[in-house]
Amino acid sequence: MEPIVHVDGRAYPWGAKNIDTDIIIPAHWLKTTTRVGLGKGAFESVRAEPGNLFDDPRYAGAPILIAGENFGCGSSREHAAWALTDMGVRAVIAPSFSDIFSGNAIKNGIVTVVLPQDAIDRLVEVAKEQPIAVDLETMTVTTPFQDRFAFTLDPFRRQCLMEGLDEIGMTLAQDTAISKYESGVSSARPWLHQESGNAGTIVERAGRP
Amino acid sequence: MNSAPQTLYEKIWNDHVVGRRDDGTCLIYIDRHLVHEVTSPQAFAGLRAAGRRVRRPELTLAVPDHNLPTTRRVDAQGNRLPIADPASAQQLAALETNAPEFGIRYIDATAAEQGIVHVVGPEQGFTLPGTTLVCGDSHTSAHGALGALAFGIGTSEVEHVLATQTLLLQQSKTMEIRVNGTLGYGVSAKDVVLAIIGKTGAAGGTGYVVEYTGEVIRGLSIEGRLTVSNMSIEGGARAGLIAPDETTFAYLKGRPMAPTGADWDRAVDYWRTLPTDAGARYDKVVQLHASDIAPSLTWGTSPEDVVPITGVVPSPDSFADPSKRVAAQKSLDYMGLTPGTRMQDVPVSYIFIGSCTNSRIEDLRAAASVVRGRQVAGGIKQALVVPGSGLVKRQAEAEGLDRIFTEAGFEWREPGCSMCLAMNPDKVPPGERCASTSNRNFVGRQGPGARTHLLSPAMAAAAAVTGRLADVRELVTE
Ligand code: SF4
Repeated sequence: MEPIVHVDGRAYPWGAKNIDTDIIIPAHWLKTTTRVGLGKGAFESVRAEPGNLFDDPRYAGAPILIAGENFGCGSSREHAAWALTDMGVRAVIAPSFSDIFSGNAIKNGIVTVVLPQDAIDRLVEVAKEQPIAVDLETMTVTTPFQDRFAFTLDPFRRQCLMEGLDEIGMTLAQDTAISKYESGVSSARPWLHQESGNAGTIVERAGRP
Repeated sequence: MNSAPQTLYEKIWNDHVVGRRDDGTCLIYIDRHLVHEVTSPQAFAGLRAAGRRVRRPELTLAVPDHNLPTTRRVDAQGNRLPIADPASAQQLAALETNAPEFGIRYIDATAAEQGIVHVVGPEQGFTLPGTTLVCGDSHTSAHGALGALAFGIGTSEVEHVLATQTLLLQQSKTMEIRVNGTLGYGVSAKDVVLAIIGKTGAAGGTGYVVEYTGEVIRGLSIEGRLTVSNMSIEGGARAGLIAPDETTFAYLKGRPMAPTGADWDRAVDYWRTLPTDAGARYDKVVQLHASDIAPSLTWGTSPEDVVPITGVVPSPDSFADPSKRVAAQKSLDYMGLTPGTRMQDVPVSYIFIGSCTNSRIEDLRAAASVVRGRQVAGGIKQALVVPGSGLVKRQAEAEGLDRIFTEAGFEWREPGCSMCLAMNPDKVPPGERCASTSNRNFVGRQGPGARTHLLSPAMAAAAAVTGRLADVRELVTE
């Protein structure tokens, strides 16, 4: 993953609440086996409305999205994060995020910035005409009008974003600790064992056209 | 040893910590992993690209559910019928290749055991109390009904679990949702969870793991508890737990993947230690009383938009919060509803009985008891019953429930997610109104422009036979 420290530029001044993952990317776009190309389906039902802000040339390719509380609620689909990165969004600013979405976002290099509602209201106003800036080094969102809003992010997530870390690689380095845990469990809770391998597997070529 | 009183969540959490980082993030061991065809292809592709294997393939179980058509899957000769939509067929084919390649058990699309992951896990005894269980699907919260710490994860995390059998997590805050009293006649587990979300809001549980307690929860069957935990995510909580008890043990005993013999006895001894200790503290407590819960349903496009069936479509002006007022107006426009209309006067044209919230045998029995001896009303264009698994379907057929439904004019289908999210051909057309036992009433969830009212199986049946949103208590007497 590309390290990310600053996100500067135009922002979609949206502010809408409870934006669920079905709005970010509807289910019929989920029939893909890759992570790319989902920007086309992003916010499809919103884009169906004339004059919507995603098709407004002023915000074309904006790297920041400003939303209302509970952004990304609903399903666990990481397609929501893939759709946002595919349309060029690298930071979302909202009063709150669903837990699953914020985890998915960080893993795809999207900064989730939590700010109180009055800051959101102000940013929505500013973003209509001006760019804004998100800075992970100073942990602030700033505007050309000297607004300065500080935010927090858990240190591990911040580090992952700023260094572009591969979490799986990091965890695999803990192999000894995981093996030790596993052998402890196999004596303490032996019933957790399952039959191994493919036993009981029924594999036929279902659905092959 | 930590001797301070602990909650169920804290006990499960502490038993799964592999390592703790200085910043408080923990490496948590995952005991059980369910995989379906929609959120896994990119995870397997990632493993393949990095040359990584699955650490403990026997702890993962794969089942296709989201894309499968619910029409017949084999022809008269028993040959597999192809899936018409090439994208759906390709996703299914990917899972069928990935599972054996990585050594993962796979339940085939035509096996009797196939079904919605969240129905299959408990039914097979794959889901066990005191375990950590994940799936690339937000309704994994359902499995908390058996006392498993179960939550949905994204595809990157699916890949992380496959490769390492662990996840990096921050411990959540805890919330107790206590439901006291005794449920009134015609009030089901679905009404309980709708009432909870109506009270706490769609974001009320964000950052929390919920534990459901109280007489009402204790009195529910495992099926009912699964309905409640399932919708924890609609209240914003990633996981919802219910302490294991005798009901849980009786449900699990003898299930194909549940422990047996001496292992079973040891397991039960351990499970009995899990319930929250007296004096343990939750970060937040919410209480409801059963006498305040009526058969309920949603009117808008957020699961928090709940009213009792005896209520009316609310006016946007009735909301204090200005942004909620705007949202309510948008919802009403989308739903085609006028404030003040009695919910019972709203006609419906589609009925969906199914989804991981309400497709187990008890749900089908509840719906059938309302349908028995009646007919689907004239204005209904389609009424679907989609059992949650092949085993539920078989059981229902053995009880003759399929005939009650089909003779009344319902379609009796093969198991899968179906009209819950409209990834397969089962969709609600634009502008049509559906009484649905599923869990999400989002804009476009059941198809572009579809209007969804979430309710219980008995209420969906009542809507089917009257052609409108109806109070089940007026159709079936106590
Ligand atoms: S039935 Fe609906 S909510 Fe449940 S897993 Fe399937 S799509 Fe998701």
